[in-house]
Amino acid sequence: MQKPELIKDGKRLDGRDFEELRPLKIVAGIIKNATGSAYLEWGNNKVLAAVYGPKEVLPKHLADPEKAIVKCRYAMAPFSSLEEHGRAGPNRRATEISKVTKEVFENLIMLEKFPSTEIDIFIEILQSDGGTRSAGITAAGVALADSGIPIRDIPFAVAGGKIGDKLAIDFNKIEDNYSDADIPIAISPNLDRVLLLQMDGKMTKEEFSRYLDMVERVSKQIISAQKNALLEKYKVNG
Amino acid sequence: MQIKVSKEYLTELLSRQERVDQRGFFDYRSISIKTNTIPNAEGSASVYIGNTYVLAGVKLDVGTPMPDKPDEGVLVTSAELLPLASVEYEEGPPSPEAVEFARVVDRGIRAAEVIDTESLFIEENKVWNVYLDIYVLNYDGNLFDAGTLASVAALLTTRMPRLEGEQVIRTGDLPRLKTKGIVASTTFAKIGNAILLDPTGLEESFMNARLTIATDDEYIHAMQKGLAGYFTRQEIEKLIDTSFEKSKMLRSLISKAVSGD
Repeated sequence: MQKPELIKDGKRLDGRDFEELRPLKIVAGIIKNATGSAYLEWGNNKVLAAVYGPKEVLPKHLADPEKAIVKCRYAMAPFSSLEEHGRAGPNRRATEISKVTKEVFENLIMLEKFPSTEIDIFIEILQSDGGTRSAGITAAGVALADSGIPIRDIPFAVAGGKIGDKLAIDFNKIEDNYSDADIPIAISPNLDRVLLLQMDGKMTKEEFSRYLDMVERVSKQIISAQKNALLEKYKVNG
Repeated sequence: MQIKVSKEYLTELLSRQERVDQRGFFDYRSISIKTNTIPNAEGSASVYIGNTYVLAGVKLDVGTPMPDKPDEGVLVTSAELLPLASVEYEEGPPSPEAVEFARVVDRGIRAAEVIDTESLFIEENKVWNVYLDIYVLNYDGNLFDAGTLASVAALLTTRMPRLEGEQVIRTGDLPRLKTKGIVASTTFAKIGNAILLDPTGLEESFMNARLTIATDDEYIHAMQKGLAGYFTRQEIEKLIDTSFEKSKMLRSLISKAVSGD
């Protein structure tokens, strides 16, 4: 099938520059029942993240007497895409994303403070337009900070890569589908740790290195959206 | 049976730049690749990396294309961590580990365009589906690299069935599946601050982070970081260099195994 033209007159299809993020807005504390939560809109993505716990471990035999265990569910709503109705229940893609997302937060939560408990992270993609795992991690980072559970840092994530011979960041759905390389990455900015890294496509080492520079440059905007969400919720009136 | 040592002992060895099996940090164990080990399958290969033993089998069936790629065949990759392969493995639906394993192998093969998927088009709404099943028969670490080696070797020696009317002819004088690229993955384990290529099962039981990089001569085709630990950017960039170097050796092993078939 003919690959659609993703770059016109030096701009991306939605008019963005190569290093331009889609509008990003995060609100903290939107699910009242949760210990912590966040709602995120990033371009057309709409994502809810909620954290519950520390709580009793179920089933009991999974409990770790030395630290809390983390469970993570990433799921796309069946109505979330412009395409056909999605199948309910976890598919293989969601299973993998849930696993690598869980691993990001296992690194940052001070699990040793809550032995024999469980911390749940739920990420629900209500509307999807590319980069949903990154949007989910960025939202869950805020939800976790909102929960008050002690963490070492708030991670951010973003996906992008290569379109033709151009590097670009924050792919939307069509770019994600037809790009020449796609790299979701999650980083703990204060600790300088790469916590999630996936990639597929074709990219030289030099391109990958330049792409990481690009991630570094845009990271400030994502981090400030996360901080603003928390400042907004916890600001003291007057 | 796997030998067991304490984390303290292993860490102490690593701090002296030694591994339990005396290898260098960036050395592979001995590798053997045999193709066509299951002649009933259209393609197959058995791979040993040390005591890790993996079998990949390929079958082709007529199916329908994916809606977004109507004139290409479909690759469907699955992995089974068989209960006979390790005391840790249990029966049941695929674990997140098995799903991740299959998807990472699949991504490397897809991104490197190992299969010429356009050659699998039959007619409108009718294409060949390629089913790639990876069986782990004995686990001793580094499934990702063993799985990728076995899968690529199996695909490169797969017979292309023929359609006679509705009937699929799978035997006799058949051409090979059309392939384009060749890829190999390299997997690193981080234990404390030490980074090791080709971790054994013992080493994997103590690793806090894992990084798999699949490359060919020119390009990185897939990467996957796993587990709760982390890598720094500097570490990742250095491992990419190592990956390019080791991938060359692995791909030459595949070529050798495939040419003998």
